[in-house]
Amino acid sequence: MSVAAAARAEWVKIRTLRSTVGALLPVVVVGVGLAHLAGTSMRDARADGPPLDPLFPAFYGLTLAQLGVVVFAVLTIGSEYGTGTIAPALLATPRRGVFYAGKAIAATLAAAAVALVTVPGAFAAAQAALGPKGVGVTAEGVPEALVGAFLFLTLMCPFALGVATMLRSTVRALAILLPVFFLGSQGIANVPALKPVLQYMPDQVAWVIMHLTGPPGDPRFARDYGPWEGVGLLVLWTAAALAGGYLVLRRADV
Amino acid sequence: MIEVRDLAKRYGSTVAVDGISFTVRPGAVTGFLGRNGAGKSTTMRMILGLIRPTRGTALVCGRPYRELADPLRRVGALLEARSAHPDRTAYHHLLWLARSNRIPTARVHEVPGMAGREPAAGRRAGGFSLGMAQRLGLAAALLGDPEVLVLDEPMNGLDPDGIRWLRGLLRDYAAQGRTVFVSSHLMGEVAQTADRVIVIDGGRLVADTTVAELTAGGSLEDAFFRLTEGRRE
Ligand SMILES: Nc1ncnc2c1ncn2[C@@H]1O[C@H](COP(=O)(O)OP(=O)(O)OP(=O)(O)O)[C@@H](O)[C@H]1O
Ligand SMILES: [Mg+2]
Repeated sequence: MSVAAAARAEWVKIRTLRSTVGALLPVVVVGVGLAHLAGTSMRDARADGPPLDPLFPAFYGLTLAQLGVVVFAVLTIGSEYGTGTIAPALLATPRRGVFYAGKAIAATLAAAAVALVTVPGAFAAAQAALGPKGVGVTAEGVPEALVGAFLFLTLMCPFALGVATMLRSTVRALAILLPVFFLGSQGIANVPALKPVLQYMPDQVAWVIMHLTGPPGDPRFARDYGPWEGVGLLVLWTAAALAGGYLVLRRADV
Repeated sequence: MIEVRDLAKRYGSTVAVDGISFTVRPGAVTGFLGRNGAGKSTTMRMILGLIRPTRGTALVCGRPYRELADPLRRVGALLEARSAHPDRTAYHHLLWLARSNRIPTARVHEVPGMAGREPAAGRRAGGFSLGMAQRLGLAAALLGDPEVLVLDEPMNGLDPDGIRWLRGLLRDYAAQGRTVFVSSHLMGEVAQTADRVIVIDGGRLVADTTVAELTAGGSLEDAFFRLTEGRRE
Protein backbone atom coordinates (compact mmCIF):
# COMPACT_ATOMS: atom_id res chain seq x y z
CA MET A 1 0.00 0.00 0.00
CA SER A 2 1.56 3.30 -0.98
CA VAL A 3 0.34 5.15 2.14
CA ALA A 4 2.73 2.88 4.05
CA ALA A 5 5.60 3.77 1.68
CA ALA A 6 4.74 7.47 2.00
CA ALA A 7 4.71 7.18 5.80
CA ARG A 8 8.11 5.43 5.77
CA ALA A 9 9.55 8.24 3.63
CA GLU A 10 8.08 10.81 6.03
CA TRP A 11 9.65 9.00 8.97
CA VAL A 12 13.08 9.26 7.29
CA LYS A 13 12.44 13.01 6.80
CA ILE A 14 11.47 13.49 10.46
CA ARG A 15 14.47 11.69 11.92
CA THR A 16 17.03 13.29 9.58
CA LEU A 17 16.36 16.93 10.46
CA ARG A 18 17.71 18.61 13.59
CA SER A 19 14.71 20.95 13.67
CA THR A 20 12.01 18.27 13.89
CA VAL A 21 13.92 16.12 16.36
CA GLY A 22 14.85 19.28 18.28
CA ALA A 23 11.20 20.31 18.62
CA LEU A 24 10.05 16.96 20.02
CA LEU A 25 12.77 16.16 22.57
CA PRO A 26 12.08 19.21 24.82
CA VAL A 27 8.47 18.03 25.14
CA VAL A 28 9.65 15.22 27.41
CA VAL A 29 12.14 17.36 29.32
CA VAL A 30 9.77 20.30 29.86
CA GLY A 31 6.73 18.13 30.59
CA VAL A 32 8.46 15.97 33.20
CA GLY A 33 10.65 18.75 34.60
CA LEU A 34 7.79 21.19 35.19
CA ALA A 35 5.71 18.42 36.76
CA HIS A 36 8.48 17.83 39.26
CA LEU A 37 8.85 21.56 39.99
CA ALA A 38 5.10 22.11 40.37
CA GLY A 39 4.79 19.06 42.59
CA THR A 40 7.59 20.26 44.83
CA SER A 41 6.10 23.73 45.28
CA MET A 42 2.63 22.33 46.00
CA ARG A 43 3.96 19.94 48.60
CA ASP A 44 5.41 22.91 50.46
CA ALA A 45 2.21 24.99 50.11
CA ARG A 46 0.43 26.08 53.27
CA ALA A 47 -2.13 23.63 54.62
CA ASP A 48 -4.85 26.30 54.97
CA GLY A 49 -4.73 27.19 51.25
CA PRO A 50 -7.28 25.99 48.60
CA PRO A 51 -7.81 22.23 48.32
CA LEU A 52 -5.00 20.46 46.55
CA ASP A 53 -5.63 18.68 43.22
CA PRO A 54 -2.74 16.20 42.77
CA LEU A 55 -3.37 16.10 39.03
CA PHE A 56 -2.70 19.80 38.63
CA PRO A 57 1.11 19.69 38.99
CA ALA A 58 1.26 16.52 36.86
CA PHE A 59 -0.27 18.08 33.78
CA TYR A 60 0.19 21.82 34.19
CA GLY A 61 3.60 21.63 32.48
CA LEU A 62 2.06 19.87 29.48
CA THR A 63 0.29 23.09 28.51
CA LEU A 64 3.75 24.50 27.84
CA ALA A 65 5.35 21.27 26.57
CA GLN A 66 2.62 20.91 23.93
CA LEU A 67 4.14 23.85 22.08
CA GLY A 68 6.99 21.51 21.08
CA VAL A 69 4.46 19.16 19.48
CA VAL A 70 2.82 22.10 17.70
CA VAL A 71 6.14 23.43 16.38
CA PHE A 72 7.15 19.90 15.29
CA ALA A 73 3.91 19.34 13.40
CA VAL A 74 4.06 22.75 11.71
CA LEU A 75 7.69 22.15 10.65
CA THR A 76 6.93 18.79 9.03
CA ILE A 77 4.82 20.48 6.35
CA GLY A 78 5.92 24.14 6.60
CA SER A 79 9.57 23.32 5.87
CA GLU A 80 8.51 21.52 2.67
CA TYR A 81 7.05 24.76 1.36
CA GLY A 82 9.83 26.90 2.83
CA THR A 83 12.65 24.94 1.23
CA GLY A 84 10.93 23.76 -1.95
CA THR A 85 11.08 20.05 -1.07
CA ILE A 86 7.31 19.94 -1.67
CA ALA A 87 8.03 19.49 -5.41
CA PRO A 88 10.16 16.32 -5.10
CA ALA A 89 7.78 15.09 -2.40
CA LEU A 90 4.80 15.34 -4.74
CA LEU A 91 6.81 13.91 -7.65
CA ALA A 92 7.50 10.88 -5.47
CA THR A 93 3.92 10.63 -4.15
CA PRO A 94 1.73 12.47 -6.65
CA ARG A 95 -1.60 11.46 -5.14
CA ARG A 96 -2.06 14.34 -2.74
CA GLY A 97 -4.23 12.39 -0.32
CA VAL A 98 -1.67 9.58 -0.09
CA PHE A 99 1.16 12.05 0.56
CA TYR A 100 -0.90 13.85 3.20
CA ALA A 101 -2.01 10.63 4.91
CA GLY A 102 1.59 9.35 4.99
CA LYS A 103 2.80 12.58 6.55
CA ALA A 104 -0.02 12.72 9.10
CA ILE A 105 0.53 9.09 10.11
CA ALA A 106 4.31 9.37 10.51
CA ALA A 107 4.14 12.67 12.41
CA THR A 108 1.30 11.55 14.68
CA LEU A 109 3.06 8.29 15.53
CA ALA A 110 6.18 10.26 16.47
CA ALA A 111 4.09 12.59 18.65
CA ALA A 112 2.29 9.62 20.20
CA ALA A 113 5.61 8.02 21.13
CA VAL A 114 6.71 11.25 22.80
CA ALA A 115 3.36 11.57 24.60
CA LEU A 116 3.62 7.96 25.76
CA VAL A 117 6.85 8.82 27.57
CA THR A 118 5.94 12.35 28.68
CA VAL A 119 2.50 11.84 30.23
CA PRO A 120 3.34 8.92 32.57
CA GLY A 121 6.71 10.56 33.25
CA ALA A 122 5.06 13.84 34.24
CA PHE A 123 2.53 12.05 36.44
CA ALA A 124 5.22 10.02 38.19
CA ALA A 125 7.48 13.05 38.67
CA ALA A 126 4.66 15.14 40.16
CA GLN A 127 3.47 12.41 42.53
CA ALA A 128 7.03 11.64 43.64
CA ALA A 129 7.56 15.35 44.38
CA LEU A 130 4.21 15.60 46.21
CA GLY A 131 5.32 12.76 48.48
CA PRO A 132 2.58 11.90 50.98
CA LYS A 133 0.15 14.33 49.31
CA GLY A 134 0.44 12.46 46.00
CA VAL A 135 -1.92 9.84 44.57
CA GLY A 136 -1.41 6.47 42.80
CA VAL A 137 -2.25 5.63 39.19
CA THR A 138 -5.41 3.85 40.27
CA ALA A 139 -6.83 6.75 42.32
CA GLU A 140 -10.21 8.07 41.29
CA GLY A 141 -10.11 10.01 38.01
CA VAL A 142 -6.42 9.38 37.42
CA PRO A 143 -6.58 6.74 34.65
CA GLU A 144 -9.03 8.90 32.67
CA ALA A 145 -6.88 12.00 33.09
CA LEU A 146 -3.76 10.07 31.96
CA VAL A 147 -5.53 8.79 28.85
CA GLY A 148 -6.96 12.26 28.23
CA ALA A 149 -3.55 13.92 28.53
CA PHE A 150 -2.02 11.36 26.17
CA LEU A 151 -4.78 11.88 23.59
CA PHE A 152 -4.49 15.66 23.90
CA LEU A 153 -0.72 15.75 23.43
CA THR A 154 -0.95 13.33 20.49
CA LEU A 155 -3.90 15.02 18.76
CA MET A 156 -2.24 18.44 18.83
CA CYS A 157 0.12 17.05 16.16
CA PRO A 158 -2.44 16.29 13.40
CA PHE A 159 -4.39 19.41 14.43
CA ALA A 160 -1.37 21.70 13.94
CA LEU A 161 -0.36 19.78 10.80
CA GLY A 162 -3.77 20.43 9.28
CA VAL A 163 -3.65 24.15 10.11
CA ALA A 164 -0.11 24.48 8.68
CA THR A 165 -1.13 22.62 5.51
CA MET A 166 -3.98 25.09 5.07
CA LEU A 167 -1.60 28.05 5.48
CA ARG A 168 1.33 26.50 3.52
CA SER A 169 3.93 28.21 5.70
CA THR A 170 5.77 27.64 8.98
CA VAL A 171 5.69 31.31 9.94
CA ARG A 172 2.02 31.92 9.17
CA ALA A 173 1.00 28.72 10.95
CA LEU A 174 2.97 29.53 14.12
CA ALA A 175 1.72 33.14 14.08
CA ILE A 176 -1.82 31.81 14.27
CA LEU A 177 -1.33 28.74 16.44
CA LEU A 178 0.92 30.08 19.19
CA PRO A 179 -1.45 32.87 20.31
CA VAL A 180 -4.30 30.35 20.31
CA PHE A 181 -2.33 28.13 22.65
CA PHE A 182 -1.34 31.01 24.90
CA LEU A 183 -4.85 32.42 25.27
CA GLY A 184 -5.77 29.98 27.99
CA SER A 185 -2.63 30.48 30.04
CA GLN A 186 -3.37 34.19 30.03
CA GLY A 187 -6.79 33.46 31.44
CA ILE A 188 -8.75 35.22 28.70
CA ALA A 189 -11.08 32.25 28.47
CA ASN A 190 -12.25 32.95 32.04
CA VAL A 191 -13.58 36.40 31.11
CA PRO A 192 -17.35 35.90 31.35
CA ALA A 193 -18.19 37.64 28.07
CA LEU A 194 -15.75 35.53 26.06
CA LYS A 195 -16.15 32.22 27.83
CA PRO A 196 -19.15 30.87 25.87
CA VAL A 197 -17.02 30.81 22.71
CA LEU A 198 -13.44 30.50 23.93
CA GLN A 199 -14.15 27.54 26.18
CA TYR A 200 -14.31 25.43 23.02
CA MET A 201 -10.83 26.41 21.78
CA PRO A 202 -8.45 23.42 21.64
CA ASP A 203 -6.25 24.55 24.52
CA GLN A 204 -9.27 25.16 26.77
CA VAL A 205 -10.60 21.72 25.88
CA ALA A 206 -7.22 20.32 26.86
CA TRP A 207 -7.47 21.96 30.31
CA VAL A 208 -10.81 20.30 30.91
CA ILE A 209 -9.51 16.92 29.77
CA MET A 210 -6.57 17.18 32.17
CA HIS A 211 -8.61 18.63 35.10
CA LEU A 212 -6.76 21.93 35.13
CA THR A 213 -9.67 24.37 34.94
CA GLY A 214 -9.37 25.55 38.51
CA PRO A 215 -10.77 24.44 41.87
CA PRO A 216 -13.85 22.21 41.64
CA GLY A 217 -17.06 24.14 42.28
CA ASP A 218 -15.66 27.57 41.32
CA PRO A 219 -18.15 28.88 38.72
CA ARG A 220 -15.48 31.02 37.03
CA PHE A 221 -13.74 27.88 35.88
CA ALA A 222 -16.75 25.70 35.08
CA ARG A 223 -17.18 24.63 31.47
CA ASP A 224 -20.28 23.46 29.61
CA TYR A 225 -18.81 20.03 28.92
CA GLY A 226 -16.93 17.27 30.71
CA PRO A 227 -13.58 15.56 29.96
CA TRP A 228 -14.93 12.90 27.57
CA GLU A 229 -16.93 15.43 25.61
CA GLY A 230 -13.66 17.36 25.60
CA VAL A 231 -11.86 14.46 23.92
CA GLY A 232 -14.68 14.38 21.35
CA LEU A 233 -14.22 18.13 20.78
CA LEU A 234 -10.49 17.69 20.23
CA VAL A 235 -11.17 14.94 17.70
CA LEU A 236 -13.56 17.30 15.90
CA TRP A 237 -11.00 20.13 15.88
CA THR A 238 -8.38 17.73 14.51
CA ALA A 239 -10.70 16.33 11.84
CA ALA A 240 -11.69 19.85 10.75
CA ALA A 241 -8.06 21.02 10.54
CA LEU A 242 -6.99 17.90 8.61
CA ALA A 243 -9.91 18.25 6.20
CA GLY A 244 -9.14 21.94 5.64
CA GLY A 245 -5.50 21.09 4.93
CA TYR A 246 -6.52 18.43 2.45
CA LEU A 247 -8.83 20.78 0.56
CA VAL A 248 -5.96 23.27 0.14
CA LEU A 249 -3.34 20.64 -0.73
CA ARG A 250 -5.59 18.87 -3.24
CA ARG A 251 -5.79 21.93 -5.48
CA ALA A 252 -2.42 23.56 -4.84
CA ASP A 253 0.03 24.24 -7.70
CA VAL A 254 3.66 23.71 -6.67
CA MET B 1 6.48 8.43 -24.17
CA ILE B 2 4.97 11.79 -23.21
CA GLU B 3 1.74 12.92 -24.90
CA VAL B 4 0.59 16.50 -24.46
CA ARG B 5 -2.82 17.51 -25.85
CA ASP B 6 -4.07 21.09 -25.97
CA LEU B 7 -2.36 21.89 -22.67
CA ALA B 8 -2.99 25.37 -21.27
CA LYS B 9 -2.33 27.27 -18.06
CA ARG B 10 -3.32 30.78 -17.17
CA TYR B 11 -2.44 32.74 -14.04
CA GLY B 12 -5.00 35.52 -13.74
CA SER B 13 -4.50 37.53 -16.90
CA THR B 14 -1.14 35.90 -17.75
CA VAL B 15 -1.36 33.03 -20.20
CA ALA B 16 1.68 30.92 -19.36
CA VAL B 17 0.90 28.04 -21.74
CA ASP B 18 -1.59 28.59 -24.54
CA GLY B 19 -2.90 25.25 -25.78
CA ILE B 20 0.07 23.20 -26.96
CA SER B 21 0.14 19.63 -28.29
CA PHE B 22 3.16 17.44 -28.94
CA THR B 23 4.48 13.94 -28.39
CA VAL B 24 7.91 13.12 -26.98
CA ARG B 25 8.87 9.70 -28.33
CA PRO B 26 11.16 7.07 -26.80
CA GLY B 27 14.57 6.32 -28.27
CA ALA B 28 15.57 9.95 -28.80
CA VAL B 29 16.75 12.99 -26.90
CA THR B 30 14.18 15.77 -27.37
CA GLY B 31 15.28 19.33 -26.63
CA PHE B 32 12.72 21.84 -25.34
CA LEU B 33 13.57 25.40 -26.35
CA GLY B 34 12.04 28.81 -25.73
CA ARG B 35 12.89 32.22 -24.35
CA ASN B 36 12.65 33.12 -20.67
CA GLY B 37 8.99 33.00 -19.75
CA ALA B 38 8.02 31.01 -22.85
CA GLY B 39 6.30 28.40 -20.68
CA LYS B 40 8.79 25.50 -20.61
CA SER B 41 8.87 24.98 -16.84
CA THR B 42 5.11 25.40 -16.55
CA THR B 43 4.59 22.76 -19.25
CA MET B 44 6.97 20.34 -17.53
CA ARG B 45 5.27 20.85 -14.17
CA MET B 46 1.88 20.17 -15.73
CA ILE B 47 3.23 16.97 -17.32
CA LEU B 48 4.45 15.93 -13.86
CA GLY B 49 1.18 16.64 -12.06
CA LEU B 50 2.55 19.50 -9.93
CA ILE B 51 0.45 22.17 -11.65
CA ARG B 52 -3.18 21.68 -12.61
CA PRO B 53 -3.74 22.64 -16.24
CA THR B 54 -6.44 25.17 -17.00
CA ARG B 55 -7.23 22.97 -20.01
CA GLY B 56 -5.92 19.91 -21.81
CA THR B 57 -4.18 16.71 -20.77
CA ALA B 58 -0.69 15.30 -20.41
CA LEU B 59 0.04 11.57 -20.35
CA VAL B 60 3.29 9.93 -19.26
CA CYS B 61 3.67 6.22 -20.06
CA GLY B 62 0.05 6.38 -21.26
CA ARG B 63 -1.44 7.74 -18.03
CA PRO B 64 -1.72 11.01 -16.14
CA TYR B 65 1.38 11.27 -13.94
CA ARG B 66 -0.72 11.30 -10.76
CA GLU B 67 -2.07 7.84 -11.56
CA LEU B 68 1.34 6.15 -11.83
CA ALA B 69 2.12 3.75 -8.99
CA ASP B 70 5.68 4.34 -7.69
CA PRO B 71 6.26 7.04 -10.34
CA LEU B 72 9.99 7.44 -9.59
CA ARG B 73 10.50 3.95 -11.05
CA ARG B 74 9.02 5.11 -14.36
CA VAL B 75 9.80 8.84 -14.57
CA GLY B 76 12.81 10.81 -13.36
CA ALA B 77 12.50 14.58 -13.12
CA LEU B 78 14.74 17.53 -12.33
CA LEU B 79 13.01 20.89 -11.91
CA GLU B 80 14.96 23.13 -9.55
CA ALA B 81 18.65 22.88 -8.80
CA ARG B 82 18.07 23.32 -5.09
CA SER B 83 15.23 21.03 -4.13
CA ALA B 84 16.75 19.20 -1.16
CA HIS B 85 16.26 20.49 2.39
CA PRO B 86 19.40 22.52 3.24
CA ASP B 87 19.77 20.85 6.67
CA ARG B 88 19.47 17.30 5.36
CA THR B 89 22.41 15.35 3.95
CA ALA B 90 22.33 14.35 0.29
CA TYR B 91 22.30 10.70 1.35
CA HIS B 92 19.21 11.16 3.51
CA HIS B 93 17.50 13.14 0.74
CA LEU B 94 17.99 10.19 -1.61
CA LEU B 95 16.99 7.77 1.15
CA TRP B 96 13.53 9.25 1.75
CA LEU B 97 12.94 9.38 -2.00
CA ALA B 98 13.87 5.69 -2.23
CA ARG B 99 11.58 4.75 0.68
CA SER B 100 8.62 6.57 -0.87
CA ASN B 101 8.78 4.46 -4.04
CA ARG B 102 10.08 1.17 -2.60
CA ILE B 103 13.46 1.53 -4.28
CA PRO B 104 16.15 -0.68 -2.62
CA THR B 105 18.59 1.20 -0.37
CA ALA B 106 21.46 -0.32 -2.40
CA ARG B 107 20.43 1.90 -5.31
CA VAL B 108 20.96 4.99 -3.12
CA HIS B 109 24.60 3.95 -2.67
CA GLU B 110 25.33 3.52 -6.36
CA VAL B 111 23.04 5.95 -8.23
CA PRO B 112 24.87 8.04 -10.89
CA GLY B 113 25.30 11.76 -10.26
CA MET B 114 25.91 11.68 -6.54
CA ALA B 115 26.05 8.14 -5.22
CA GLY B 116 25.28 7.72 -1.54
CA ARG B 117 28.72 6.21 -0.93
CA GLU B 118 30.56 9.34 -2.17
CA PRO B 119 31.92 11.54 0.64
CA ALA B 120 29.91 14.57 -0.59
CA ALA B 121 26.68 12.65 -0.02
CA GLY B 122 27.29 12.79 3.73
CA ARG B 123 27.22 16.59 3.69
CA ARG B 124 24.19 18.83 4.20
CA ALA B 125 22.72 20.00 0.91
CA GLY B 126 22.62 23.63 2.10
CA GLY B 127 26.40 23.81 1.81
CA PHE B 128 26.49 22.57 -1.78
CA SER B 129 27.70 24.62 -4.73
CA LEU B 130 25.22 25.03 -7.60
CA GLY B 131 26.86 22.23 -9.56
CA MET B 132 26.80 19.85 -6.58
CA ALA B 133 23.14 20.65 -5.95
CA GLN B 134 22.44 19.95 -9.62
CA ARG B 135 24.25 16.60 -9.37
CA LEU B 136 22.13 15.68 -6.36
CA GLY B 137 19.01 16.63 -8.32
CA LEU B 138 20.16 14.42 -11.19
CA ALA B 139 20.84 11.55 -8.79
CA ALA B 140 17.30 11.96 -7.45
CA ALA B 141 15.95 11.84 -11.03
CA LEU B 142 17.95 8.71 -11.87
CA LEU B 143 17.23 6.92 -8.57
CA GLY B 144 14.39 4.75 -9.88
CA ASP B 145 16.23 3.85 -13.14
CA PRO B 146 13.31 5.47 -15.02
CA GLU B 147 12.24 4.91 -18.62
CA VAL B 148 11.29 8.61 -19.01
CA LEU B 149 13.46 11.61 -18.07
CA VAL B 150 12.07 15.15 -17.76
CA LEU B 151 14.89 17.61 -17.04
CA ASP B 152 14.54 21.40 -16.75
CA GLU B 153 17.88 23.04 -17.63
CA PRO B 154 19.97 20.18 -16.20
CA MET B 155 23.32 21.56 -17.45
CA ASN B 156 23.06 24.65 -15.19
CA GLY B 157 26.06 24.95 -12.95
CA LEU B 158 27.72 21.73 -14.10
CA ASP B 159 31.46 21.87 -14.74
CA PRO B 160 32.92 20.64 -18.07
CA ASP B 161 33.28 17.11 -16.68
CA GLY B 162 29.69 17.17 -15.48
CA ILE B 163 28.40 18.42 -18.82
CA ARG B 164 30.31 15.73 -20.71
CA TRP B 165 29.04 13.07 -18.32
CA LEU B 166 25.43 14.23 -18.61
CA ARG B 167 25.62 14.46 -22.41
CA GLY B 168 26.81 10.85 -22.54
CA LEU B 169 24.15 9.74 -20.09
CA LEU B 170 21.33 11.34 -22.08
CA ARG B 171 22.62 9.74 -25.31
CA ASP B 172 22.89 6.34 -23.58
CA TYR B 173 19.37 6.60 -22.19
CA ALA B 174 17.96 7.41 -25.64
CA ALA B 175 20.00 4.58 -27.21
CA GLN B 176 18.43 2.20 -24.70
CA GLY B 177 15.00 3.19 -26.00
CA ARG B 178 14.10 5.52 -23.14
CA THR B 179 12.34 8.87 -23.47
CA VAL B 180 14.50 11.95 -22.76
CA PHE B 181 12.93 15.43 -22.63
CA VAL B 182 15.35 18.25 -21.76
CA SER B 183 14.81 22.00 -21.69
CA SER B 184 17.83 24.20 -22.27
CA HIS B 185 19.00 27.65 -23.35
CA LEU B 186 22.37 26.27 -24.54
CA MET B 187 21.93 25.96 -28.29
CA GLY B 188 25.35 24.43 -28.88
CA GLU B 189 24.68 21.80 -26.25
CA VAL B 190 21.25 20.96 -27.67
CA ALA B 191 22.66 20.76 -31.20
CA GLN B 192 25.23 18.22 -29.96
CA THR B 193 22.96 16.14 -27.75
CA ALA B 194 19.38 16.22 -29.07
CA ASP B 195 17.81 14.37 -31.99
CA ARG B 196 14.60 16.38 -31.98
CA VAL B 197 13.55 19.79 -30.71
CA ILE B 198 10.28 21.32 -29.62
CA VAL B 199 10.29 25.11 -29.61
CA ILE B 200 7.65 27.21 -27.85
CA ASP B 201 7.18 30.94 -27.74
CA GLY B 202 4.67 32.91 -25.70
CA GLY B 203 3.09 29.64 -24.60
CA ARG B 204 2.53 28.44 -28.19
CA LEU B 205 4.21 25.69 -30.16
CA VAL B 206 6.35 27.09 -32.99
CA ALA B 207 8.37 24.00 -34.02
CA ASP B 208 8.37 20.26 -33.46
CA THR B 209 11.01 18.75 -35.69
CA THR B 210 14.46 17.14 -35.94
CA VAL B 211 17.69 18.93 -35.17
CA ALA B 212 19.01 17.86 -38.57
CA GLU B 213 16.19 19.64 -40.35
CA LEU B 214 16.54 22.84 -38.34
CA THR B 215 20.30 23.04 -38.79
CA ALA B 216 20.23 22.31 -42.54
CA GLY B 217 20.48 26.02 -43.36
CA GLY B 218 22.77 27.17 -40.54
CA SER B 219 23.23 26.87 -36.81
CA LEU B 220 20.52 25.86 -34.35
CA GLU B 221 20.85 29.32 -32.82
CA ASP B 222 20.01 30.97 -36.16
CA ALA B 223 17.03 28.67 -36.58
CA PHE B 224 15.86 29.50 -33.05
CA PHE B 225 15.91 33.25 -33.69
CA ARG B 226 14.17 32.79 -37.04
CA LEU B 227 11.39 30.77 -35.38
CA THR B 228 10.79 33.16 -32.50
CA GLU B 229 11.52 36.45 -34.29
CA GLY B 230 7.99 37.76 -34.89
CA ARG B 231 7.28 37.67 -31.17
CA ARG B 232 10.28 39.56 -29.82
CA GLU B 233 9.41 42.43 -27.54
N1 LIG C 1 3.01 30.93 -10.21
C1 LIG C 1 2.91 31.82 -11.23
N2 LIG C 1 2.12 32.88 -11.10
C2 LIG C 1 2.00 33.78 -12.10
N3 LIG C 1 2.65 33.69 -13.27
C3 LIG C 1 3.46 32.65 -13.46
C4 LIG C 1 3.64 31.65 -12.44
N4 LIG C 1 4.51 30.73 -12.91
C5 LIG C 1 4.86 31.13 -14.14
N5 LIG C 1 4.23 32.27 -14.49
C6 LIG C 1 4.37 33.00 -15.77
O1 LIG C 1 4.19 32.07 -16.80
C7 LIG C 1 5.07 32.32 -17.86
C8 LIG C 1 5.87 31.08 -18.20
O2 LIG C 1 6.80 30.81 -17.17
P1 LIG C 1 7.77 29.55 -17.19
O3 LIG C 1 8.47 29.53 -15.89
O4 LIG C 1 7.02 28.36 -17.59
O5 LIG C 1 8.79 29.96 -18.35
P2 LIG C 1 10.13 29.22 -18.82
O6 LIG C 1 9.97 28.96 -20.28
O7 LIG C 1 10.42 28.06 -17.98
O8 LIG C 1 11.19 30.38 -18.62
P3 LIG C 1 12.76 30.29 -18.22
O9 LIG C 1 13.50 30.02 -19.47
O10 LIG C 1 13.06 31.67 -17.72
O11 LIG C 1 12.92 29.23 -17.19
C9 LIG C 1 5.90 33.53 -17.45
O12 LIG C 1 5.30 34.67 -18.01
C10 LIG C 1 5.76 33.55 -15.96
O13 LIG C 1 5.86 34.86 -15.48
MG1 LIG D 1 11.99 27.63 -16.64
